Amino acid sequence: MYSFEIGRPSTVADAVAALGKDEAQALGGGQTLIPTLKQRLASPETLVSLTGIAEMKGVCAEDGALSIGGGTNHATVAAEASAYPALAALAGGIGDPAVRNRGTIGGSLANNDPAACYPSAALASGATIVTNTREIAADDFFDGLFTTALEEGEIITSVRFPVPEAAAYMKFEQPASRFAMVGVFVAKYADGVRVAVTGGSEDGVFRWSAAEDALSANFSAEALDGVSVDADGMITDLHGSAAYRAHLIGVMTKRAVAAAQ
Amino acid sequence: MPKDHGIGASPKRREDVRFLTGAGNYTDDINVYGQAYVHFLRSDVAHGKITKIDTSAAADMPGVVRIFTGADFEGVGSIPCGWQVTDLHGEPMKEPAHPVLAQGKVRHVGDPIAAIVADSLEEARNAAEAIELDIEELPAVVDMKAALADGSALVHDDLGDNLCYEWGFVEDNRAAVDEAIKNAAHVTTLELRNNRLVANPMEPRVALGEYSRANDHSTLHTTSQNPHVIRLLMGAFVLGIPEHKLTVIAPDVGGGFGTKIFHYAEEAFVTFASKACNRPVKWTASRSEAFMSDAHGRDHVTKIELALDADNNFTALRCDTYANMGAYLSTFASSVPTWLHGTLLAGNYKTPLVYTNVKAVFTNTVPVDAYRGAGRPEATFQIERVVDKAARELGVDPIALRRQNFISEFPYATPVAVEYDTGDYVATMDKLEEIADLSGFAARRAESEKNGKLRGLGVNCYIEACGIAPSNLVGQLGARAGLYDAATVRVNATGSISVMVGAHSHGQGHETAFPQVVAEMLGIDESMVEIVHGDTSKVPFGMGTYGSRSLAVCGSAMVRATEKIINKAKKIAAHLMEASDADIELKDGQFSVAGTDKSVAWGDVTLAAYVPHNYPLEDIEPGLEETAFYDPANFTYPSGAYACEVELDPDTGKVTIERFSAADDFGNVVNPMIVEGQVHGGIGQGVGQALLENAAYDENGQLLSASYMDYAMPRADDLPFYTVDHSCQTPCTHNPLGVKGCGEAGAIGSPPSVINAVIDAMQSGGFKVDHMDMPASPGRVWAAMHG
Ligand SMILES: Cc1cc2nc3c(=O)[nH]c(=O)nc-3n(C[C@H](O)[C@H](O)[C@H](O)COP(=O)(O)OP(=O)(O)OC[C@H]3O[C@@H](n4cnc5c(N)ncnc54)[C@H](O)[C@@H]3O)c2cc1C
Repeated sequence: MYSFEIGRPSTVADAVAALGKDEAQALGGGQTLIPTLKQRLASPETLVSLTGIAEMKGVCAEDGALSIGGGTNHATVAAEASAYPALAALAGGIGDPAVRNRGTIGGSLANNDPAACYPSAALASGATIVTNTREIAADDFFDGLFTTALEEGEIITSVRFPVPEAAAYMKFEQPASRFAMVGVFVAKYADGVRVAVTGGSEDGVFRWSAAEDALSANFSAEALDGVSVDADGMITDLHGSAAYRAHLIGVMTKRAVAAAQ
Repeated sequence: MPKDHGIGASPKRREDVRFLTGAGNYTDDINVYGQAYVHFLRSDVAHGKITKIDTSAAADMPGVVRIFTGADFEGVGSIPCGWQVTDLHGEPMKEPAHPVLAQGKVRHVGDPIAAIVADSLEEARNAAEAIELDIEELPAVVDMKAALADGSALVHDDLGDNLCYEWGFVEDNRAAVDEAIKNAAHVTTLELRNNRLVANPMEPRVALGEYSRANDHSTLHTTSQNPHVIRLLMGAFVLGIPEHKLTVIAPDVGGGFGTKIFHYAEEAFVTFASKACNRPVKWTASRSEAFMSDAHGRDHVTKIELALDADNNFTALRCDTYANMGAYLSTFASSVPTWLHGTLLAGNYKTPLVYTNVKAVFTNTVPVDAYRGAGRPEATFQIERVVDKAARELGVDPIALRRQNFISEFPYATPVAVEYDTGDYVATMDKLEEIADLSGFAARRAESEKNGKLRGLGVNCYIEACGIAPSNLVGQLGARAGLYDAATVRVNATGSISVMVGAHSHGQGHETAFPQVVAEMLGIDESMVEIVHGDTSKVPFGMGTYGSRSLAVCGSAMVRATEKIINKAKKIAAHLMEASDADIELKDGQFSVAGTDKSVAWGDVTLAAYVPHNYPLEDIEPGLEETAFYDPANFTYPSGAYACEVELDPDTGKVTIERFSAADDFGNVVNPMIVEGQVHGGIGQGVGQALLENAAYDENGQLLSASYMDYAMPRADDLPFYTVDHSCQTPCTHNPLGVKGCGEAGAIGSPPSVINAVIDAMQSGGFKVDHMDMPASPGRVWAAMHG
């Protein structure tokens, strides 16, 4: 990697100030960014570590919502998000223990990898992404592969998930990376069901509205019979064709509905 | 009662104490005063002409010691191939030059173009980015059949085409085989690909070159399975350094699986550069570099035909294979699809006529060479898949069809030039049926189906030729080296023993198993025996570890040397007890005179050898140290029968292995625990090949699976608990220990049973699939089921 300076602020305000400098970049758990640096694919002059900022850490349930600090690592969410079991299970299924003890929810959402798990939870839950300057609805946050609504230097300080009546995440792992080849998050709320899909589409995480309509009318796996995703626009790669991914989305959605609690 | 010491006991592996506590000493752990680092600038295109390379700006960058390009290696030798195959016209194979750094052209992604030596690795990498390089891209040669078509681009312009050789074996049988296939009652045909693999040992390759001006002596520390082979190839063929001026040391080696047999450009580079720069030079591969510079394995495209008569007896087998050599000939590349493959095509069966045709093809891909099993897994996969397919086509039980055609009398001369000394294929199949509980399969299938899953059972046999190899035979076949091995047994004055061996463990546990043999022969405690290996300045000229040869060949040398020790020690004991040599017996570390109660202990004799106050100096020399070289009379032929049971999720195509059973015949077994570990690891890699691993290139010669993000290595949870058994033992008839070798069996024997099981599962669900290529990954299984 190229050499860089590192800042270790302990407040969001200091972090924002540090990120105001030229060529500065936030460092969460480093599980994506550090490999990128090692491959010399990025050359920030300053890394601003967010891991020492206490106000960005922790899981807290209040008023039917679960609020998770943007710097909270996956292992903490897995252990402490008991108010939202499907979310805790998702976090517990990311990577391996080393990744879960470093990687953060803020880093995952900011990175918006098309095969990452958290974006599907945020989108299916209608979560609110809270930054140092504003609140962004999940529906407005994800903007295609590795792209989000975040501005330069903007920090995800927390994420607020409305807790659903029932939900489940079903991840079909890509055999090598074990990221999601297809991951489907189904969440049932009083005003309807939301279904978000990661891993499948060339445009990144998306809501599957046909399934949402069918499930809002009848929350059972059978309701999805005859509902399918168009293979057009799905990813084809070494591990599976677009048709296969489209098929898997149907299978994983049914399984998520059956498992929802 | 299982034995608690000596041959047949399972002491824990003594080397694991250091491996598991971080005390191992691997090549990258070695750092020497004044050491510089090299970074290789590698081609990112598969095929191209280097039109400009300007290193002047880079050479001025901070920390740069010197930058080398292909021009610096003019006059230096080409990296050699160790095996010359003669084609079916009697002509030698084509051997293109393989320069240490690319000269004029790049031929695969990863081909090294320039080498930057600097004070630190980061400075070397910074300077690499300042090299001005222009490459005019040429069409990439990737597909083997297209490579042989008229008008294909040429990997090596001077060769005229991309064919390394066309080999026919046994060419004299060709017409008879064709005739038998034409007249057969039934012919089963199968076209398949044996998928390309990347070995991925846990420790990547590392090389550290040191030159001593004081002694005009070069030392190479390297991650090698066979330091003497590297000294020979690099010293004699590439750099022209005589043996006494070159030491090659491979300290602890963290896995090799074949890929650390070969002599690589980076080893020659650091040795050359350390002299040119007068500084030690170190290279440590990153994992990404390993993917594009370690020799890959397998990559055969094959059509196989099996002819049967009306009674289902096999009458002939024909195999047509395209074997990918990659861009250059790696050390043993040429031997893998020929002598390690064609000679195995009789398998466990008495098929009277066999013919193999192999076209070895150059492509713009990483060189391909031996990987755990080397040629024998390819042969086994073909035979055991085509036999299974034949059984399904004929509606007969696959096990019964195999049993009917088993070779049952030994020694057995196959129609493919080798003679199996011993074996009992019925016994291993019987044992397999028992340990795999095949009679319970139907109930297990019903249970799976209740849960919406398909269950499949796949069985296969295997035979392999190990204990590589009789030197005079392989010499006739084109090997440019002997394949004996050597051991020196040095008994110290107080009776402890150092054994210097030519084999070199890269994880196999030699440090534990070899002492068991010596201790058993002498009747002393194993803790008194220590193995020394991996250093050409310490051990006799041996050929290293691969081809399941260490115990069968090097262990035999160690036995011969120990026998010489016993002979001499008896003479000393006879002198001490004033008896005749012929009356001396050695038991439990005591020499006694037969029929008397006179005895002297092992330690008294060894002390006398080094403090020869009372010693027959007129008859024998003082000291107690003996060397033996052992050249095997034949290959050894381990064999076995494997069964795999899979569950297949028809909704996703995901296959999980539910049971895996292996009944092996390794002849005599020295350390059963280590043998089981070897079988476990081999099956792990075989399952990896069958379900997960695939080195895939796109049509531009870019490696798509160039990291663990896309290259699926087997992990613990991909594998089941195995049931393994090695109680069927037909000892090898021609080596002193009666051992056959177990290192490759698991990798050779497991892929066909996995795929046979997957096909069985699909067919049980009504899917009309009679073959699928490896890996049977979910996406590919689903595609196979749904057209
Ligand atoms: C072996 C392995 C397996 C993995 N498996 C999975 C998996 O199965 N599923 C999955 O979803 N992910 C997986 N990941 C990715 C993992 O979840 C990462 O933690 C995550 O993608 C990035 O989070 P991070 O905190 O490490 O961010 P970093 O790598 O530090 O940063 C990533 C990006 O986000 C920015 N950033 C970081 N924090 C913030 C913030 N609070 N606000 C704004 N921007 C920020 C950084 O500037 C950078 O651009 C895996 C990673 C590895 C190494």
